[in-house]
Amino acid sequence: MTNISRADVAHLARLARLAIPEDQLDHYAEQLDVILQSVARVGEVAAADVPAMSHPVPLLNVFRDDVARPGLDREAAMAAAPAIEDDRFRVPRILDEE
Amino acid sequence: MKTVPFDEALTRYEPVIGLEVHVELGTQSKMFCSCSTNFGAAPNTQVCPVCLALPGAMPVANRAAIESIIRIGLALNCSIAEWCRMARKNYFYPDMPKDYQISQYDEPICTDGYLDVTVDGKVIRVEIERVHMEEDTGKLTHSGGATGRIHGADYSVVDYNRAGIPLVEIVTKTVVGTGALAPAVARTYVAELRDLMRALGVSDVKMEEGSLRCDANLSLNRPGDPWGTRTETKNVNSLRSVERAVRFEIERQAAVLDDGGRVHQETRHFQEGDGTTAPGRSKEQAEDYRYFPEPDLVPIAPSREWVEKLRLTLPELPSVRRARLAEAWAIGEFEMATLVNAGILDIVEETVAAGVAPDAARKWWSGEFTRAASERGVEPADLPVTSADIARVEELIASGALNDKLARQVFEAVLAGEGSPDEVVAARGLAVVSDDGPLLEAIDAALAEQPDVAEKIRSGKLQAAGAIVGAVMKTTRGQADAGRVRELLLERLGVEG
Ligand SMILES: [Zn+2]
Repeated sequence: MTNISRADVAHLARLARLAIPEDQLDHYAEQLDVILQSVARVGEVAAADVPAMSHPVPLLNVFRDDVARPGLDREAAMAAAPAIEDDRFRVPRILDEE
Repeated sequence: MKTVPFDEALTRYEPVIGLEVHVELGTQSKMFCSCSTNFGAAPNTQVCPVCLALPGAMPVANRAAIESIIRIGLALNCSIAEWCRMARKNYFYPDMPKDYQISQYDEPICTDGYLDVTVDGKVIRVEIERVHMEEDTGKLTHSGGATGRIHGADYSVVDYNRAGIPLVEIVTKTVVGTGALAPAVARTYVAELRDLMRALGVSDVKMEEGSLRCDANLSLNRPGDPWGTRTETKNVNSLRSVERAVRFEIERQAAVLDDGGRVHQETRHFQEGDGTTAPGRSKEQAEDYRYFPEPDLVPIAPSREWVEKLRLTLPELPSVRRARLAEAWAIGEFEMATLVNAGILDIVEETVAAGVAPDAARKWWSGEFTRAASERGVEPADLPVTSADIARVEELIASGALNDKLARQVFEAVLAGEGSPDEVVAARGLAVVSDDGPLLEAIDAALAEQPDVAEKIRSGKLQAAGAIVGAVMKTTRGQADAGRVRELLLERLGVEG
């Protein structure tokens, strides 16, 4: 019995920009469900007195001083750019989003 | 686009507004890395592994930015969280190379404040829902499309200099019950926020450079009905546009509702040219940003001592300052609003401090200099004239060496770069003609030219004297003291002034 629906898989695929064919939605729903169930087992050992944790280190307020320092020069910064135009990163056009 | 006249729309509908303002902080370095934040640098020259999202780079929060947002929160009467986290807002769009923006979600650092604004003598409390910390995005330029807008663009180019600059988002609660004042309330709120940010010294708040940006939400409902569907108007880049955008949405939504239609929940774009709004992305399908706590940044827990220390650094609030100056200068709310809206309050205060009478300081800045500034497309305060210059010219007027007309000529020359007032006076030979000889000559000539006027004055119609005085001022190219000319004229004709 899966808790992940076909619609969930389609939604996640869209968010992740993955093309998943209709006939494979059930297949991935099952797989995702196995993964979620495995992770859920962690919850079984967490007692009520163990608070949820977002950070593995017990640190607070790590700040830096507001001092500007040179970063990368442009050649280095853009070395991995797939395309460049006017010293800017050139990217494919974006449809229907801003 | 169909619209209903504003006044008519308000006879049937009540507007509900909400404002989201983004303020780019004026820190030296970015929010999570040490790149410079200078405006106008060559593209992609203020970037590093952190703000370019290169593998392995780790963000560290800028203390000055956190202090700034706490001070903003305190000035807006907010509660400051004892503990909060940054969050990742995930989305695919090339303005952020990480594919997420570091922001805050359900744990904003400041909550539940307010800002009072005065519109038409009425104090309206705008409640603040939240003030949270985030980072600005890179700047995209779309190419290939006919309009430069995103639709129809073939590709885009990105400059990441702006990506990662600390950005503070200030979100109001919904503001109800403002009726016809809604557009003015929106504008005044943003203006008041701008003045507050300036007073706090946390941002240069230049709407034209994008360091203060506003999204205006608006919905309409019939009296007694639940709130309607709201639209969010973006691209509102000046105070005037804030007012126009809200006004237009009222007119447009009223037409939709009148026709029995329904308002679509969507993002709209304000069109500076004709003051309308155009539809953008539809928001019918809720966004799914999959926010989660940012694992690379530890929680922020401002100690109460730190917060109280920051509270002590708050400046006099703009509204308090305005009230103080209005009283000192003996002017009313309207005159004060004029100075604020013209952006000359600071410079007038500075001019008064330089020894100029408040009335004279206001007169020069709101007249002569505002005009000169708009001709040159600069802010009045950026004109090449100083408070000391004005003080000197006023001295020369008081001593009788200059009259108003000559003083204006002096300032024209000062603005043209001809030097200080004294240098201009000397170089141009500007001085009130104080020798009576040439004045009497000019008076005689004017009387000879206008004998009928001379007769009227002799018969006691003193208001006719203006024509002769005017003629004399013209012959002396404005270098005479009009009061003295009048005196001499009446003496000449043997009439009692
Ligand atoms: Zn950087």
